[in-house]
Amino acid sequence: MAKTKNKSLAGFSEKTSDFILVAICLVILLIVAYPLYYVLVASFSNPYEVYAGKTFLLPSQFTLDGYKAVFADDSIITGYMNSILYTVLGTIFSVVMIYLTAYPLSIKNLPGRKFISIFFIITMYFGGGLIPTYLVVKDTGLTNTIWAIFIPGGVAVGNMIIVRNFFENSIPKEMIEAAKIDGASQWTTFIKIMVPLSRSIMAVMVVFSMVAYWNDWFTALIYLPGDERAPLPLVLRNILIKSSASAGQASTISGGYAELNKLTEMIKFSSIIVAAAPMLVFYPFVQKYFEKGFMAGAVKG
Amino acid sequence: MQKEKMVSGNQAVKLKQPPLKKRITSYWQLYAMLLIPVVITIIYKYIPMYGIQIAFRDYKASRGMWGSELVGMRWFERFFSSPNCVRMIKNTVLLSFYGLLWSFPIPIVLALMINQLRFMRFKRVVQTVLYAPHFISTMVICGMIRIFLSPSGGLINLIAGTSIDFLTEASAFRTIYIASGIWQDAGWGIIVYMATLSNIDTSHYEAAKIDGASMFQRICFIDIPELVPTIVLMLIMSAGNLMNVGFEKVWLLQTDLNKATSDVIAVYVYQQGIESGKYSYSTAVGLFNTVVNIILLVVVNKIASKISEDVSFV
Repeated sequence: MAKTKNKSLAGFSEKTSDFILVAICLVILLIVAYPLYYVLVASFSNPYEVYAGKTFLLPSQFTLDGYKAVFADDSIITGYMNSILYTVLGTIFSVVMIYLTAYPLSIKNLPGRKFISIFFIITMYFGGGLIPTYLVVKDTGLTNTIWAIFIPGGVAVGNMIIVRNFFENSIPKEMIEAAKIDGASQWTTFIKIMVPLSRSIMAVMVVFSMVAYWNDWFTALIYLPGDERAPLPLVLRNILIKSSASAGQASTISGGYAELNKLTEMIKFSSIIVAAAPMLVFYPFVQKYFEKGFMAGAVKG
Repeated sequence: MQKEKMVSGNQAVKLKQPPLKKRITSYWQLYAMLLIPVVITIIYKYIPMYGIQIAFRDYKASRGMWGSELVGMRWFERFFSSPNCVRMIKNTVLLSFYGLLWSFPIPIVLALMINQLRFMRFKRVVQTVLYAPHFISTMVICGMIRIFLSPSGGLINLIAGTSIDFLTEASAFRTIYIASGIWQDAGWGIIVYMATLSNIDTSHYEAAKIDGASMFQRICFIDIPELVPTIVLMLIMSAGNLMNVGFEKVWLLQTDLNKATSDVIAVYVYQQGIESGKYSYSTAVGLFNTVVNIILLVVVNKIASKISEDVSFV
């Protein structure tokens, strides 16, 4: 990069503007990161100290009681297990559906390609709405089964388009042609060439699907009533939104109301960390692919 | 399978390509791949669309979606004459409109700034941190909002030295909803713009530097023009969603006392439909919402395509 020191009309020298820019970015970083950091610190602190305004940067009266309580709570553990199950199954199902749809639609001379594409894209902008969908899910017998979590919303059209465009733009045509000449069927081409060559976009799809299923609770709220099948966020609703201690906690506490109240507050912080951590740990590994994915996908619609 | 072949056959007849039948049979594996996604989409997307007709019927479980008695516009009339109808429409539109107004420009500004960062490692750290809140569940976000706004020792009240219960103040609801929305998704929103900006040929920057352009000028004369088509496209998509206020966050942040501003159509549709079991009525209210949205989408798309020729939608 050329070292030019420009004092030009509308601005500062390169160095000054770099400095200002970095300073602004640091402020933004602070705004975004601090709330998360605060919850993290609070989760290791005595909640009364937190609410008294004594905890800003470091835990005060360090304790692991919040986490102990979270992992001793049966409903949270059940929710955690359910969330893991739904996330794993949902992600596999969703990514398979995306790939099965994206590959055929990326073949330019597939008869009916345009019609089928529009058939899928329409569902992005128009749908039956809450109740008609609910009734169809009910009529097809999915309500109260875990299939309801991922089959009705199984084809993620937006993601499918990103993958389709990736197939069209980022995989060399020669490779497909060469496979054809070697006598490979479309299925073989798909499995042996398209899937291995699209690992980067597949990583992005896996993360997107994982996040969607890990964080989803609305589907379960509607289709899976009952505590024993609730995913983690739905279990946390009692703690975070309704601010009530679960029956499990209440029965294990001997110290009376004050102690229970303290624990309820503590669990709020630690359960937030426990629920958010898995996804926050995962995404940085595939972050570099996000932009690539969007470049190949979203903008070209 | 059979059905798909017929459908695609009809389509392709217009192309008048002689070996069509051969082409279709030679692609049978591709059609087979599409089979499951197409069936799922028909059952869970298209049949519900057809099922919207219960908005004009008096749905009875025993008679089913297609057999229930037709009642015309009864449910729509009931909605429009319900006491909170105007309030709900107003709240939905305003929440969405203010949300768009505040949260639309921020990712653009962020992307322009981050794109100028020259220290690659710092740039990556900034991006990583900015993306983080997007990966957190609405449920957790709303839990955090409640913690931070708590009247007894919430961070906001600690800093301000007050003890206001913000979630019971109707006047604070929109600010809470929109500000937390920006905190969560503005960072993620930069991706689309960053992707576009990364397409810019770096030789433009070098040339501009040699000509003595400052960073600010480079942003104004190189970056912004490059971003305009993307911005227009994103604006169309957001404007077309103006009536789509999400159910989840409003439902979790609603209290009895902030309903004057937090009462929106999406929550009403849920309460009437799932909680009260008024299937037909709920569908009618939802349909009204959808129709307004589609009209908006078409209008905005028309306006946008008049403004710039090369931006089209879908």
